[in-house]
Amino acid sequence: MTGKLDLDPVLVARARELARRAGQPVVDLARSHTTVSVERAVLRLAGVSGADPDGIPWVNRLVDAVVADVGLGHGVAAPVFDAMAREGLTDVTLLAQKAAAGSVRFAVPAGRAATAARRAARKSVSAGIRQVDRRRVERDRLVKRYGDPKQRPWIYLIVATGDIYEDIPQAQAAARAGADVIAVIRSTGQSLLDYVPEGATREGFAGTYATQENFRLMRAALDTSSKELGRYVRLTNYASGLCMPEMATLAGLERLDMMLNDSMYGILFRDINPIRTFVDQRFSRQVHARAGIIINTGEDNYLTTADAVDEAHTVTVSQLLNEYFAHEAGLADWQLGLGHAFEINPEVPESFRLELAHALLARELFPDAPLKWMPPTKHMTGDVFRGNLLDGFFNLVGTMTGQGILLVGMMTEAVVTPWLSDRDIALQNVRYVLGAAGGLHEDFVPAPGGFIQQRANRVLGEALDLLERIGDQSLLSAIAEGTFGIMKRPADRGKGLSGVARHEADYFNPASDLLEEGATR
Amino acid sequence: MSSEERSALHGHPVGPGDKRVVRPYGDTSGDGMVQISFTLPVPHTKRAEGAAVQLANKMGMDPAMLVHAKPIGDGFTFFVVYGRVNHLVDMAEVHVVERDYPLLGAKEVNAVVKQRLRRKLSVVGACIGTDAHTVGIDAILNVKGIAGEKGLEYYRELKVTNLGAQVSVPELVEAARLERADAVLVSQVVTQRDAHLHNTREMSAAFREAMPAGRRPLLIVGGPRFDETMTAELGVDRIFGRGTTPGEVASYLVHALITSRKQKA
Repeated sequence: MTGKLDLDPVLVARARELARRAGQPVVDLARSHTTVSVERAVLRLAGVSGADPDGIPWVNRLVDAVVADVGLGHGVAAPVFDAMAREGLTDVTLLAQKAAAGSVRFAVPAGRAATAARRAARKSVSAGIRQVDRRRVERDRLVKRYGDPKQRPWIYLIVATGDIYEDIPQAQAAARAGADVIAVIRSTGQSLLDYVPEGATREGFAGTYATQENFRLMRAALDTSSKELGRYVRLTNYASGLCMPEMATLAGLERLDMMLNDSMYGILFRDINPIRTFVDQRFSRQVHARAGIIINTGEDNYLTTADAVDEAHTVTVSQLLNEYFAHEAGLADWQLGLGHAFEINPEVPESFRLELAHALLARELFPDAPLKWMPPTKHMTGDVFRGNLLDGFFNLVGTMTGQGILLVGMMTEAVVTPWLSDRDIALQNVRYVLGAAGGLHEDFVPAPGGFIQQRANRVLGEALDLLERIGDQSLLSAIAEGTFGIMKRPADRGKGLSGVARHEADYFNPASDLLEEGATR
Repeated sequence: MSSEERSALHGHPVGPGDKRVVRPYGDTSGDGMVQISFTLPVPHTKRAEGAAVQLANKMGMDPAMLVHAKPIGDGFTFFVVYGRVNHLVDMAEVHVVERDYPLLGAKEVNAVVKQRLRRKLSVVGACIGTDAHTVGIDAILNVKGIAGEKGLEYYRELKVTNLGAQVSVPELVEAARLERADAVLVSQVVTQRDAHLHNTREMSAAFREAMPAGRRPLLIVGGPRFDETMTAELGVDRIFGRGTTPGEVASYLVHALITSRKQKA
């Protein structure tokens, strides 16, 4: 590797090998288990939509009914399509309604009935997969027509009113003001809902519910903006929490462009069961790979609870693990928005040089990944003037180290949800820095053997030490012992564990098959 | 506010050298200068600037100097206004909750707990309701702490159970019972629709229902948007606002659970 940091290519290769070694057992676990949310995602691809009068989606009712009769371990596809044949139905949603009323019994089909059920299930699910494929082609066409943003990093801005009909004009205004990527923050608490709400929603807490209809409405609005502005404006949401696979699927069906999708975030910060998370994550990443969606990982979060200097290497370790899991699931480098953040205490001497070293380390370790650069939050106070200055330095690091996606920092972070004027001031800050120093990364070459090179190499060394330690035990026990972000999360605890099952010998999931094979039928 | 509550508050002590009546300071004593910024939902026109000045006048700024006006988005204008306000504040009439306990270091806290309680002091913390923001509770509880001060987990004589985010009230009560909590710490960051107030009331009601008065843990809430004088209204023992450090919480725990109680006995 001929870079600016003089990293030892042998050490870098060793780090990747250790990440693979730590991640492999987790992948094996993911390949041998399923979850209620994976199965619901399969049914969504098969065209099940809508919800009962209480707002519980039909996919939930149907999976619950199948699980009650035959358990989860066979996969729901074969029992569902077997029941379709027996009931003489062609609409899976109708079957879900009958199952919810208790008028259908499910069985695991055998012999010829099994062959027929599997064939029907694959046919039905492949229609959903082809829809995801068509959405991807559509995106490629629109990007070609309207163009990508002219500059790197892409400017990523958050909208979060709780009301999709308020979000839309705000998102369009943000795009007009220069945002290249719009993220609609989800309602607080949605990650722990074990179902995806339905329809357009107008109230949420500190965010807007992620629903298929909200996805559709916002994507359509941004298509209008893209046309108006002559650049394709991307849309982001969250494939995280208990419904990660379904969120990924809905994103693929509605042509979302980026999804937050971290390998360990749910475990560490939402206390979701580790196995549930890894199983859900693998499926969701396979869908993202297929849909041409860029994932954003969540390493920035570790630094909000742990010290950004002492624990810098845990970010590197997590990035390497996220990369391994992503590649394994079929994602290409251009789809890896690996996360990191500007969270060093500004009172620490040379904090800016440390930030440069860490950001450049990520850049050099993952040269072909876009990288998502996250603004300061932990050390933002009510002093909005100082906050604006910090955000300026954050923007400067972003451009000096060639970051791919820059989440715009708000000087009112930790004060209020951003006002219209806060967003305008923040974008002005970004425009100034990118305009004044957009090409500085060409000239910025740290002195050989100097502070920045030494710091980056030291963090890499610490990351290797940690990966060696994880390799000796396992990733699951490292998580259980609080290696990342201080939280301790044992594999037999956490939310959503009851929705996990080991595959039976005859486990069948046509969506996984189609995704693994890259097939369309 | 009841007279009882009011008497619990300490007015600002006005010493002989203290200014009793104050007004904002720009660069000259008594100039009353302030700076504000705001957005009006109108396009940037001469009339919009006039409206901004008129608003500032109505807020008590006279004269008001419009120093910056900038259109943002469609039909909005952002303004920065400097000007003089004629309002005065009588410091004797200002009521705040002053710290009414001595601030102790970690060593002193440990020593008091060890000598006088003769067992570990059990603290259970959580973010309740849908609030997923553990920043506050983590800053107080995690070893890492905040602003260079270690969190409560660092105190040898405190037994800390951090339940994390999105804990239901029944779960919290159960955990408090299980851990024989001396104190329960709840952090609330999200304030949309007054969620922090509703959640806190629900929490204190649940503890009142589940445990008799003498057996209830000390109930403490914290968050950036609480009014520290609302303890009685919310049914809690103490409210901590923005900028609270772990040391302050630890000192308060020792004061409320050990030193002040023993003195009374």
